[in-house]
Amino acid sequence: MFSLAADGMGVREAVVVFEQLGRGLVPGPLVSTWLAAGLIDGAADGTTLVGMLEPQPGATLVEHADIIDACLLWADDTLWQVPISALHMERVERPLDAGAPVWQVTGPVTPEALGATALASGDDATTRYLTGVVLTAALQLGVALAAGELATAYAKEREQFGRPIGGFQAVKHLCADMLVKAEVARAAVYAAACALDGASDDDPAVAASAAKVVAGDAALANGRYGIQVHGGMGFTWEVHAQRYWKRAVSLDVSFGSVSVHSEIMADAL
Amino acid sequence: MDLRYTEQEEAFRMELRAWLAEVLPQLDPKPQRDDWTARRAYDANWQRMLFDAGYAGINWPSEYGGRGATPTEHLVFLEETERARAPYVGMNFVGLLHAGPTLVVEATDAQKQDHLPGILRGDEIWCQGFSEPNAGSDLASLRTKAVRDGDDYVLSGQKIWTSFAHVADYCEILVRTDPDAAKHKGITWLIMPMDAPGIDIRPLRTMEGSTEFAEMFLDEVRVPVANRVGDENDGWRVAMVTLSFERGTAFVSEMLQTLELCRDLADLARKVTSHGSSAWDDRGLRRDLGHLAAELDALWALTKRNISEATRKGLVGVGGNVFKLAYSDLRHRLGELALQLLERASLSLDDIGDLPTGAHVQGRIHGISISIAAGTSQVQKNIVAERVLGLPKDR
Repeated sequence: MFSLAADGMGVREAVVVFEQLGRGLVPGPLVSTWLAAGLIDGAADGTTLVGMLEPQPGATLVEHADIIDACLLWADDTLWQVPISALHMERVERPLDAGAPVWQVTGPVTPEALGATALASGDDATTRYLTGVVLTAALQLGVALAAGELATAYAKEREQFGRPIGGFQAVKHLCADMLVKAEVARAAVYAAACALDGASDDDPAVAASAAKVVAGDAALANGRYGIQVHGGMGFTWEVHAQRYWKRAVSLDVSFGSVSVHSEIMADAL
Repeated sequence: MDLRYTEQEEAFRMELRAWLAEVLPQLDPKPQRDDWTARRAYDANWQRMLFDAGYAGINWPSEYGGRGATPTEHLVFLEETERARAPYVGMNFVGLLHAGPTLVVEATDAQKQDHLPGILRGDEIWCQGFSEPNAGSDLASLRTKAVRDGDDYVLSGQKIWTSFAHVADYCEILVRTDPDAAKHKGITWLIMPMDAPGIDIRPLRTMEGSTEFAEMFLDEVRVPVANRVGDENDGWRVAMVTLSFERGTAFVSEMLQTLELCRDLADLARKVTSHGSSAWDDRGLRRDLGHLAAELDALWALTKRNISEATRKGLVGVGGNVFKLAYSDLRHRLGELALQLLERASLSLDDIGDLPTGAHVQGRIHGISISIAAGTSQVQKNIVAERVLGLPKDR
């Protein structure tokens, strides 16, 4: 992985990288390891992989527990490091997204109970969380773009009634909708990156939430439309359309869902 | 990428802000919606004030009397005038944003001399005669004919959706000069004086209840050949020139008003009671409103992105279509949410009690027009799918 500190890379540069990672459905604890760079040894060059703990009563699921050495946990205005050995967990047999295998954590998920070490606090912790929100939104942007590209290519090639299905307005309008969703998401994600880098006058917290809402929506909608355009083949395991939708779901529930960030947006009104 | 304004742009903003603060208190109150004489006087007066202060034709080239502002300065101009709640372009719309820019590129020196100064000063009001009852989305199939007779063209036919027809001095009109040519190749662009005999104007009442536009019937209306802009049968290309003037700023004022509308709606939700508690306590409503606010922020970012692209490449590109489609859809949903919040107060176009409910009902109705005007969403989607994504034209 690139290192924020070593490469002098800001959020603006990072979102372009994460957009492509999302587009390529690259699996792994990408965002959390990126955020740990400079805080946890080895995270910057990828020799240490860092996951993410997002507590949810009765359903705290950790992704990629088999390859990570530690988890990030935001709690009490602080960013904590939780050693993987502190977690009692069991592998979930059938994960939704094959690229995001999950383990269920049992027992209390608090910094004290898990013997966590504080990595950052206050504004520093908040900014790192917001960066995670925006990088996740960039992954979602990539997913939205790729789902649209795949569906559009299929619509040009697949023939029914003697012509490519992309000639039918009902199908071509779905393809156009996918482009619209992705391009609006791109504007929001790039603007949020600018806000976090101090290269705009926008409030970074509001811009990050807006990006997560719009990009999350784009990934979910394009994931669904992409399957629809593929018809029966879209419902099969072998066509990648389903993988975009599944990744869209797993990214939506990382760093706050569309619903969570919509409420944050409402509170800012 | 840096979204901050430059020092020069900020200086322009401060100068404009100071001027607006000085002149706006001097304006008369806005005239009634259907008092067209008063509306013309009001809009003309505002345009004259802009002209005298050097802000008329903000995006027009300076050699034709405009300000020659960059697209970003244009954005700043729109932000500041909206922030100060200055009057809108009103009935100077066609002259300043449509016909004028076309004349700048395509007209003869004499035609420019005759019209451009008057448009900039607010002395000349223009209307547009493009659409016809059978030529809407398929504009190039227009049939209003113009037959050459000596030094005149003789025009007969019917136009529709002509805003300000009953107060305009001139009409930019597209006519069929060669009925045998392919549909895009037999069209001519003319300047039609609105006082020419044979023009019958019948106002159309919109679902908002106002007579914003009209039908225009032409019965052997004589227009001098000297009023032709561009070559005979080259009118389609001339009409398209106007589009190349679009720099991503077309919806900026609209957009800023909608941001305001969204914030007002949140305020209203905190004040009204629904089923025994504050509407704001309804988590679903809050989420829906927050979702719309996120989309609005995204569209504001897209607007800036489009303007930046236009500055670099000279054209907005697909971002313009993307904006129009997303914005149209958003306005429908924002409007639905407003009505849902207002419940029975949505039955009135006037404010109920001391709450500003009427503006939201009115806003809902206006929102319906956006997915239709300037290219329906369905046509916009065809354009995106065919020209950008390369999907087949077959329908």
